[in-house]
Amino acid sequence: MTYLRAVLLVAEKDLKVELRSREQAVTLLFFALLVLVVFNFAFDFTVIDFVTLGPGVLWVAFIFSGVLAISRSFQIEREQDRIQGILLAPIDRSAFYLGKVAATVLFMAAVETILVPVAVVMFNFRFNGQTALVVLAFILNTIGFAAVGTLFAAMTTSTRRAELLLPLLLFPAAVPVALAAVKTTTHLLAGHPFAAYSHWVLMSAAYDVIFLAAAVLLFDEALEE
Amino acid sequence: MSEPAEKPPGTAWSGLTEQALFVLVAILVPVCLHAIFRAVPTEEKMGVVQRIFYFHVPSALAGFLGVGLCALFSALYLWRRDRRLDLLAHASAELGVMFLTIVLLTGPIWARPVWGVWWTGEARLTSTLVLWLLYAGYLILRQSTENPEQGARFCAVIGLVGALDVPIIYYSVEWWRGLHPKVLKISGGQGLDAEMAKALTLCSTTFILLFLLLLLQRVRLGRLQDEVESLTLVANRRAPYTEPA
Repeated sequence: MTYLRAVLLVAEKDLKVELRSREQAVTLLFFALLVLVVFNFAFDFTVIDFVTLGPGVLWVAFIFSGVLAISRSFQIEREQDRIQGILLAPIDRSAFYLGKVAATVLFMAAVETILVPVAVVMFNFRFNGQTALVVLAFILNTIGFAAVGTLFAAMTTSTRRAELLLPLLLFPAAVPVALAAVKTTTHLLAGHPFAAYSHWVLMSAAYDVIFLAAAVLLFDEALEE
Repeated sequence: MSEPAEKPPGTAWSGLTEQALFVLVAILVPVCLHAIFRAVPTEEKMGVVQRIFYFHVPSALAGFLGVGLCALFSALYLWRRDRRLDLLAHASAELGVMFLTIVLLTGPIWARPVWGVWWTGEARLTSTLVLWLLYAGYLILRQSTENPEQGARFCAVIGLVGALDVPIIYYSVEWWRGLHPKVLKISGGQGLDAEMAKALTLCSTTFILLFLLLLLQRVRLGRLQDEVESLTLVANRRAPYTEPA
């Protein structure tokens, strides 16, 4: 079995589980929506320009729901000790990691795809920027968040304070991604030229590469034996 | 000192170093206090509050040293799997968090009269805070693991990832906003008065020595804890079978 096939199989397994149970996507979506609604009450968007606060609000929703998705993704492996099966499988453990990251990115991307139009409607925003760049920026930042999150979740699920510890470790570590995501989205929504925020896009890309590589090397250590 | 013969090797050496460091720090701290409060001239514009600088900057040095050493010992631990390296990594992280706490407390006390605000979103402040949060998380993770071996491995991963993250966090926050005084010449400031520079060097040296002293003591404490734990295990295993002497 080639490495890539192992990665795809792990991701496919997660998606299959999700498609059959349909418990996570719906919950995540409602949670993210709820965050938007709460912010809709907290800030008066008839007075505040959406470009000023919108990107922050959106990414808070994505990051909060993302943390839930990541921690759930490892919880299901621990239920009935499924993780033992995967660890015994003749695949590289980093392939398991990359598969998990891929599945998480897909889940988060699905939430983002639904939530952005909802936010546009909810906050009466007229978007006339470049959609392709929005997709690129969102994907880059989502990968970075999922990369570090998945590495940390592998560790925190086997500790006593699993659900609490993951955000505690992940949020500080993901500060660069959060800042890059919010800044890039702000520039995109404001319709600025790419040169104005290209350094943020580069930072997201660098973050992805650095932490995916680090996690592939360190993932063995992050698993319970 | 009359220690039992089966002490692990290297203890005598580190015990001596620890005592020497203790004497050195005990002499240097009063000298520093004299330098800070008597010898150094009061800064022209900022006034007396500027003297907190001689605590703030050395603490920052010691704090970052802690974070750096934690990453170094974490990497070495993953390579060699030596319990001593893990104890060093843990102690470095703890001291890093402690000194960064001092930095984060003294900073606002200085900033309020000089900048007019307690806190700003400036790059060094924010990235120090983020770093502090990250390593506080490291210490909480260690407390929450099932066994010390697992704690050592997991924390080594966090220590390494954290160190990789530091420069990225710094640049991201700097691009976000930028107001911290660049006092030292290397970071583009106008430099210090000779008397002030001398005091700063003295205080920095003292804080680094204090850091090393605390590091050695913390590692010794960690070893003692290990020893107590293994003795307790042995005692519990023997208890039902042996008659009291």
